[in-house]
Amino acid sequence: MSEVLTASRIPLENYAEVVGAGEIEELRALAKPLRGRSIEMINSTAVGGGVAEILNRLVPLAEELDLGIRWDVMKGAEEFFDVTKSFHNALHGEPYHAKPKDFEIFLSYNEQNRATLPLDGEFVVIHDPQPAALIDARKPSSNHWVWRCHIDLSHPNRAVWDFLEKFVTRYDGAMFSSPEFSRQLSIPQYLFYPAIDPLSEKNCPLDSEFIEQVLRRYQIDPQRPILTQISRFDRLKDPVGVIRAYRIVKRYFDCQLVLAGGSASDDPEGALVLKDVLRAAEQDPDIKILELPAWAPLEVNALQRASTIVVQKSLREGFGLTVSEALWKKKPVVASAVGGIPSQIIHKHTGLLAHSVEGTAYQIRFLLSHPQIAAKLGENGHEHVKENFLITQKLKRYLALFLMLDRGL
Amino acid sequence: MNTAETPFDFVTASYLTRIGNQSAGTLAELLTGLEHCSDASIFHHTFQTLGTHHFLTEGFSNDFAQWVLASTNRNDLAEQLTALDIRDYMSIAALRSDLCRVVRDFCDAEPQFAAQSGLERFYFCESVEVTVPLGRSTRNLDEFREGLEHLSHASFYFHFISSRLRLQLQTNDFSLWLSGSLGLRTLADSVNQIDIYTNTLDSARTKMLRLIDRERRKA
Repeated sequence: MSEVLTASRIPLENYAEVVGAGEIEELRALAKPLRGRSIEMINSTAVGGGVAEILNRLVPLAEELDLGIRWDVMKGAEEFFDVTKSFHNALHGEPYHAKPKDFEIFLSYNEQNRATLPLDGEFVVIHDPQPAALIDARKPSSNHWVWRCHIDLSHPNRAVWDFLEKFVTRYDGAMFSSPEFSRQLSIPQYLFYPAIDPLSEKNCPLDSEFIEQVLRRYQIDPQRPILTQISRFDRLKDPVGVIRAYRIVKRYFDCQLVLAGGSASDDPEGALVLKDVLRAAEQDPDIKILELPAWAPLEVNALQRASTIVVQKSLREGFGLTVSEALWKKKPVVASAVGGIPSQIIHKHTGLLAHSVEGTAYQIRFLLSHPQIAAKLGENGHEHVKENFLITQKLKRYLALFLMLDRGL
Repeated sequence: MNTAETPFDFVTASYLTRIGNQSAGTLAELLTGLEHCSDASIFHHTFQTLGTHHFLTEGFSNDFAQWVLASTNRNDLAEQLTALDIRDYMSIAALRSDLCRVVRDFCDAEPQFAAQSGLERFYFCESVEVTVPLGRSTRNLDEFREGLEHLSHASFYFHFISSRLRLQLQTNDFSLWLSGSLGLRTLADSVNQIDIYTNTLDSARTKMLRLIDRERRKA
């Protein structure tokens, strides 16, 4: 069976407390003309990664609105996923010399999946490049196929993109997380922001007691300013740059730095980065480097809520949903103007953007000196996330897309 | 209490942002984009901003001004673009013409800045509006107030701001109905005068409810 049965269910009504009853009524009104219509979501993994995380939440909510939605995962062996991993990196602009055999493997697994997946939904949503060639199964009927691309295609490897573009341009439309990630295409392109779930463990409200307990566990002092970056130990997240910024700030403010991310034990590159980070920290007792087991969502939530300022000093970024997570918690955020971050941080309105270590340090100092401005940015940031980056908004966007396709707008 | 022959039907709207194939990295390119983009794109970057960033009440009246400020650091030009009030226009063509004039004048006066690259590119987008009736009709002021109070942001935006385009930018759905169907011209004018730039959608709605309550007390 390729169909994924989602386990966790949060009733739609529970979201009314967060977004208001009017928003839930609106979702129901938008879904009404689509009741019973069949929708098929297809991606390449049921667990791990942002796409699976979002579908795990989105599919049950769509079911609650009486949509005939199913989620299928394509099957592939190691050789297929090796190729698609290379494609993924190449599309992000990494150097890659594609071999004819790679394209053959990609096509062969797509063909196998065409034989086993239903692919008969009235609306078929294909996520990311791996299943893009399933479009060959499209029958000359009236169903609608759209391609949701979660990666940044602004500087793709030419050979890989030329190969994929032939499939992509046969869809009715393509959706990107940011205008910057899109390509000049002959089909319509839409902006589809990724989303966070305000009721998930990573974002739900927490008791202050639990937050204090987490701080105690990691010996973080709640009385002094806490700067936090939540991210993998990855060079592109520039954790060493965050430490350099912290050192500048430390000359003016008696603050602490928390760098928290997933364990680097099974990631050779992550282990090397972690070593560099530990070296850069020079055993400063005010720098807490936390390897959290499997991302420990409640602990991440607590650390974000306890922070005075959240930092995301990435050198490159996908969408960077950790920024939305922090904004949702009304935290002032200082972040790099890369990837999807400028969609979340409107400079001086919902946070502050920086372009260097020195700039990051300056913006942190500014916010520590002006807590009222920091609080206002946090409030605005919360509203910005509420309007644009919550799972309910994402569901609404899908409903609008299906209605638009149905009405031929 | 007056009862209208024609009911007010609340509608909800959802907006999809269509990414265009045009973008700008400099002020000169912004001008070219403004001259050639669709009317829907001008609408999106001026009106839609009021919906998507409705909680911001300072310095954010349209996307063009925000980009000029944040990406090119030209405060003077940003201020001139901010000063354009969409309620002063009868058509998107006239609004486009003024946007172009302001940017063109600046580029002519300060040619050294016209070709300077901004920190980020500006992407011309459009909105696709999908509407669905909420199944709620009102015929008098009490019912109207009740419906208004519980509207979502998107629905309120559709009736109060986006409707201005359909109505030649001179009024909005609420004022049109209050005046035309209930004969409450003064209330309709007061509602239309609520400043959409310095209010959030929530505060605009609160002011509207207050105006309605005052009218009900009079009745």
